[in-house]
Amino acid sequence: MTDYNDSLDLTGIACPNNFVRTKLKLEEMEPGQILEVILDDGEPIRNVPRAVKEDGHEILKAEKIDNKWKILIKKA
Amino acid sequence: MTEYNIKELKSGGLMKQKEKDIFSLRLRIVGGFVKSEQLIKLSEIANKFGEGYIHLTTRQGIEIPNVNIKDFETVKKELAGVELQMGACGQRVRTVTACQGKECSHGLIDCLLLAKEVDKKYFGIGGHPHKFKIGITGCPNACIKPQENDLGIMGRLKKRFVKENCNYCGLCAEICPVGAIEVDRDSEKILFDADKCIGCGDCVYSCPTDAWRKRQEGYAIFVGGKMGKFPKLGVKVFDFIETKERVFEIIDKTLEFYKKFGNKGERFRETLDRVGVEKYKNKVS
Repeated sequence: MTDYNDSLDLTGIACPNNFVRTKLKLEEMEPGQILEVILDDGEPIRNVPRAVKEDGHEILKAEKIDNKWKILIKKA
Repeated sequence: MTEYNIKELKSGGLMKQKEKDIFSLRLRIVGGFVKSEQLIKLSEIANKFGEGYIHLTTRQGIEIPNVNIKDFETVKKELAGVELQMGACGQRVRTVTACQGKECSHGLIDCLLLAKEVDKKYFGIGGHPHKFKIGITGCPNACIKPQENDLGIMGRLKKRFVKENCNYCGLCAEICPVGAIEVDRDSEKILFDADKCIGCGDCVYSCPTDAWRKRQEGYAIFVGGKMGKFPKLGVKVFDFIETKERVFEIIDKTLEFYKKFGNKGERFRETLDRVGVEKYKNKVS
């Protein structure tokens, strides 16, 4: 499950811009495709996965690497 | 102003200004929710009878300043046309404040519905030693500041854990604001400290695999908050009330307690401090 169709590095991008950029990227993608998102810990990891879930997408994986999080999102 | 009893007028939301015969009209607004048609009417009234503006209060209310008392009955009729009524001043149950509740992604309870029900049952009720304020907030973020009210209600959530769904990613432990969750990835173990949990639901709403799920919504109750000259924050007396019926029972019993034990002119916090929170808790339990 480490394959993905597209990737977004949102390191240093504050809320809510990180979610907006995730949302826009997902809109460009096809249902079922997978987006990798890199988020900072703190507020971004607190807000983005939750908002992605609320929009109906599936989070396949969340993995902490040092002080960042790698999230795999399957577009609904 | 001999023909009007100022105190009587004040109880119905009319607040005398410094100028002779000029009043500010306080309206009954619930939880800061105002319909657009009401806003249009308020704009008309402020232009025609006031000075073209309204004032937003700290408790999400609306006041129309600079209205001459001779126009009061006309304004009242115009307000009634869009289902608006005069508010409450004096020693009464005041405007019920509420956050957006379910319209907010953090909200755990339907604050507007509850605020309407509380307002319907208690708004303007007098006979207490002093004013009584009720505020309803949807989650532990406490945006409506329930701890600043004589009685504050806060939405909370109890959760359950579905072990089969968990992949031990650790996201819940990362985002929990009180460190109530520990995840051991290597031995695939979750440690949850229920005493630390504040019931915000963050773990439930963020869990990638739906391993944390909502079990039940409920209400925490705070009492004795006040602002003014001598501010004090309310204290949490109930951690998790399961039903709305019980919340109403607590409000009923709290107002009874305040009437019975409060000295004249005393805010509820002062009654609590004098009589004791434990005695209060026994009476309402």
